[in-house]
Amino acid sequence: MSISNLRCKECSAEFELDASFYCTSCFGPLEVLYDHSDLKPDEARRRIQAGSRGIWRYSDFLPIDGRAGDPLEPGMTPIIRADRLAERLGTEAEIYIKNDAANPTHSFKDRVVAVAIAKAKELGFETVACASTGNLANAVAAHAAAAGLESYVFVPANLEEQKLLATDIYGTNLVGVNGNYDDVNRLCTQLADQKPWAFVNVNLRPYYAEGSKTLAFETVEQLGWELPDRVVSPIASGSLFTKIARGFEEWLEVGLVGGEFPVFNGAQAEGCSPVAIAFAEGAKVCRPQRPDTIAKSLAIGDPADGPYAVAQAKRTEGGIDAVSDDEIRAGIRLLAETTGIFTETAGGVTVGVLEKLARRGELSAGEKVVVYITGEGLKTLDANRDGFALAEVDPDPASFESKFGQEVAV
Amino acid sequence: MAVTVKIPSQLRAATGGQAELEADGTTVGEVLDAVFAEHEQLKERITDDGEVRRFVNVYVGGEDIRFGDGLGTGVEDGAEVTILPAVAGG
Repeated sequence: MSISNLRCKECSAEFELDASFYCTSCFGPLEVLYDHSDLKPDEARRRIQAGSRGIWRYSDFLPIDGRAGDPLEPGMTPIIRADRLAERLGTEAEIYIKNDAANPTHSFKDRVVAVAIAKAKELGFETVACASTGNLANAVAAHAAAAGLESYVFVPANLEEQKLLATDIYGTNLVGVNGNYDDVNRLCTQLADQKPWAFVNVNLRPYYAEGSKTLAFETVEQLGWELPDRVVSPIASGSLFTKIARGFEEWLEVGLVGGEFPVFNGAQAEGCSPVAIAFAEGAKVCRPQRPDTIAKSLAIGDPADGPYAVAQAKRTEGGIDAVSDDEIRAGIRLLAETTGIFTETAGGVTVGVLEKLARRGELSAGEKVVVYITGEGLKTLDANRDGFALAEVDPDPASFESKFGQEVAV
Repeated sequence: MAVTVKIPSQLRAATGGQAELEADGTTVGEVLDAVFAEHEQLKERITDDGEVRRFVNVYVGGEDIRFGDGLGTGVEDGAEVTILPAVAGG
């Protein structure tokens, strides 16, 4: 780790490395500035390979020193080649699924929270908090419990019950806010101004967001120290999408990997698609929306990093698409049937967009496409409840045969 | 038409430390102009070329003015206008 300052992404003003998240002159977002001038790629690669089996192996590229024995260390989630999925999609591209549901609280949010909580401890905070659509709530509550910190978790009160119960269990102060995620976010921005707390995605956001770069680092390592040709990732605030790009960029800059920068395809739900619409209209800013979609974990109507996500898709000649709730449900089912991976609605969005790209013929034969599956299906079970009916039989073979109509071989 | 304007802590150096200001106006634009007349430094921080900066959110009674008429959004007597950084969340 060799971080020097926080820097405004808009006007480049520099700030101390404390709990601040926006530029005092232009309100632009702050990001962590690294000094890699002394970094030798061979040595960095050795340190990575000799490191832990999770995100702390990338401490050189994170804003905090890795913690030995982190009981909830996230990362090094499986990447699998999904040939049957490619076949069903009718594409000859090589499809890889990066299954980030395989983290301690079953979403990619463990990555950002592990970094933010380590930073919160370093800065001396005793209480951590967040504004969440659910997955972050789970992660903050769990990591705070593991670290022995007090926590406050703010969520829209109408969240999926699975996500509420799986947050409350860790003994956090769970606060259901009467409003949508953007209302929760506004409340937390105001509280962050008044309370001596570390809001992981408000006043610690510059550090928190860095955790998402580890998805890019792992992808490179798991593909044999090579870049993919294309990535497909969901977009809510746009932070994950832009930080995956930043991860690839950083490793290209320091020489840990070579080759062409991947094409970036973003995925949103039609019921909350401010970034997809801005991309389609060629706009530089996103008009806020009032979300109405089953993909609640992506339901951010006023995405903080929306303009950067649009620019990222444009720069790489990729795109940002939106899919309907029915396409989300179909995406969840398609992934489960072809890979054995059960994802939540956000993953349904991502697979839905992959399906669109394949249908439009945008995936070339042999190109390596990495699809980021960011959360677990058990958290949004209700999404695919409609149309489900259990086939019941009596406990005797004749009853089974009458229902399933097969001959018993004697 | 007196309106309360809430200022985030990082901008309070420009208001002599005040967290809340009183101003008159019938639209958000008029209220902000009244605030800028008193606290000149705030103008450049919050607006750019007469528009609200893209990483600044302005709310009237909790409602984002972009769902209304932007700076033309009307304010009632006693309303609360809140200025917040837009780069949180996600």
